Amino acid sequence: MKRIILALLACASVAGAEERRSGLLDMRPEAQAMQRDDSMNPGMLWVLDGEALWGRKPTPATQSCADCHGDAAVSMRDVAARYPAFDIARGAAIDLAGRIIQCRETRQGAAPLAREGQELLALTSFVAHQSRGSPIAPPDDAGMRAARAQGREIFMTRLGQLDLSCAQCHDDHAGQRLAGSIIPQGHPTGYPIYRLEWQGVGSLQRRLRGCMVGVRAEPFAYGSAEFMAIEAYLMGRARGMVLETPAIRP
Amino acid sequence: MARVLLRVPNTAEKGSVIEIRALIQHVMETGYRPNAEGVLQPRDIIWRFTCRYDGEVVFSASFSPAIAANPFIAFTTIATQSGPISFTWEGDNGFAQTETRHISVT
Repeated sequence: MKRIILALLACASVAGAEERRSGLLDMRPEAQAMQRDDSMNPGMLWVLDGEALWGRKPTPATQSCADCHGDAAVSMRDVAARYPAFDIARGAAIDLAGRIIQCRETRQGAAPLAREGQELLALTSFVAHQSRGSPIAPPDDAGMRAARAQGREIFMTRLGQLDLSCAQCHDDHAGQRLAGSIIPQGHPTGYPIYRLEWQGVGSLQRRLRGCMVGVRAEPFAYGSAEFMAIEAYLMGRARGMVLETPAIRP
Repeated sequence: MARVLLRVPNTAEKGSVIEIRALIQHVMETGYRPNAEGVLQPRDIIWRFTCRYDGEVVFSASFSPAIAANPFIAFTTIATQSGPISFTWEGDNGFAQTETRHISVT
């Protein structure tokens, strides 16, 4: 009997994994085609900008990204699939954009790049693009487990004047409609994304701020510990799903 | 120089229909949006796109402020002869950019 229950549980968890779907599949076919064809995907413009920045020295006296890391297609392969990661120096979780800012400050000795600035978005897009097609593989150390637990708590907590949690829409009502739009499951598979509403590229944190303003909560600050925790939780929740950067979203 | 993504076939059979795609990075600021201080941001759009095949205009379009940022244009033409296909975007603030690709027609 116990064995049957265990087998049933195993089936249930596998079925659960299969039901996860990328927001890509919730878009109309034209928008999907736009993402799938690099000659139509405007996110590729940011990837190309990032490639140019990768090889450029921020100041003449310092090194470019390429001087240390070499060919990004080799050195940055699958890196984005493992972020956010635990940063021992800071004793906290850090996302990919945060790591780029940190590398620029401490190793290149240049002025830090602004969050949501075009340069940081371009570099992050370029680095994340090197992991396109790879499964999300969050690190499993104690620090990241703690960050994911904190992120899960925020995800489940009701926020703002509308008193809604992330989970109420993206777990309980995913696939249904909010006004005319399909509620996606909220898997961060393609960040930084080119969002048609933004007419530009933006980060997961910008997207999260959009939802927080939507429920009339005060959004967390860019680069805050809360956002790192939510990112960590969402990447854990999307473990094994394939990265799509640069993704298109409506 | 704005970044451009172009798709033009390198080779084509004479008389065949070829698809051409052109995407350019541009803010397409409408001129109707206030900035954070409440001041209208001046209009900054591309207002003309022209494609010339061996010097002859085969496609052109006029853009308005309602066109989204990073405008994408796809159209077809007939491969007549080998030669350059050039793309020109013209806009506000003296914006002008031309890109050229070569097609071999057999």
